[in-house]
Amino acid sequence: MAKKKKKMPGLNTSSTADISFMLLIFFLVTTSMDTDMGLARRLPKPPEPDQEDATMDIKARNILYVRLNAAGQLWIQDEMNFGYGDIRELRPRVKEFVKNEQNLSRLPEKHVKNIDLLGQCFVTDKHVVSVQTDRGTPYNIYFQVQNELVAAYNELRNELSKQKFGREYQFLKDEEKAAIRQYYPQNISEAEPKKYGGDK
Amino acid sequence: MAGFKKKASREMPEMNTSSLPDLIFTILFFFMMVTTMREVTLKVKFTIPAGTELEKLEKKSVVSFIYVGPPTDNLRAQMGSSTRIQLNDRYAEAREVMDFVAAERRGMTNQAEQVISIKADQGTQMGYITDIKEVLRKSWALRINYSASRRN
Repeated sequence: MAKKKKKMPGLNTSSTADISFMLLIFFLVTTSMDTDMGLARRLPKPPEPDQEDATMDIKARNILYVRLNAAGQLWIQDEMNFGYGDIRELRPRVKEFVKNEQNLSRLPEKHVKNIDLLGQCFVTDKHVVSVQTDRGTPYNIYFQVQNELVAAYNELRNELSKQKFGREYQFLKDEEKAAIRQYYPQNISEAEPKKYGGDK
Repeated sequence: MAGFKKKASREMPEMNTSSLPDLIFTILFFFMMVTTMREVTLKVKFTIPAGTELEKLEKKSVVSFIYVGPPTDNLRAQMGSSTRIQLNDRYAEAREVMDFVAAERRGMTNQAEQVISIKADQGTQMGYITDIKEVLRKSWALRINYSASRRN
């Protein structure tokens, strides 16, 4: 006589929900949803061993010096004006310098450049903003200066893109962005830090 | 009273909760995906600067962090209070950044997109940052990010 097949009792799964709830709560607690943010920069390529100092043959009118000393003071210098300045002065100065709207002889020289989508443009693509720091400069000051420089470029690009395309820079198509970037290239050079004094 | 009895005998049908675990598991998996476990214990303390022109670090898988700041309070007795650089789980010198970058790069699938995020204290002297940047340049890790919080 064959044994009567026993019916397998169903597994009680009522606690699965509790277990997964506990796991869920664990991950909820450990998750940090805040996204990391920061100021994105690009470093220049490492120098070639036989490379000469290229900054020598840039005309004085094309360079805007931003120097930071160990005390955190800001020195802004172009061909005509120089002196200690406040961080709030930096953005308008950089914008004026990069834009050179009236084609002044003390501000960067302008060249005719053919840019896709924008046509013949008169741009200051040879300008350089040179940031020099001291080894003792507080990082926060340096960061704020970088932030202002990027802000100046962003404002210029936004103005141009509104004028040409009627939208803000961030809403443009990639090729339009590229055109704007050609019009206002970000030329920020960071020289080797100098020791302006102090024993550090 | 008969009417009442009739009503009382009607039972509320029990809700079927068999799909509840599945539901919870779905949420669980979502959180497991978005969780980034902090893989290092911080040995330096820092307050990152605040800026306005910030960009989000989109791809977490290509980002490596370098922490710069004074040692945390419980380590100060042994390590002093001068600025230190932390790579992974230990203090390091600026020149060791090169090995760190190479090691981090080895584990990445799209190595060209590698981003180094510098989380440095506001009061750090630029000398430390510049040393790190020089080493980063030499090791061809050119995309960097100064970690910051948003300010209006």
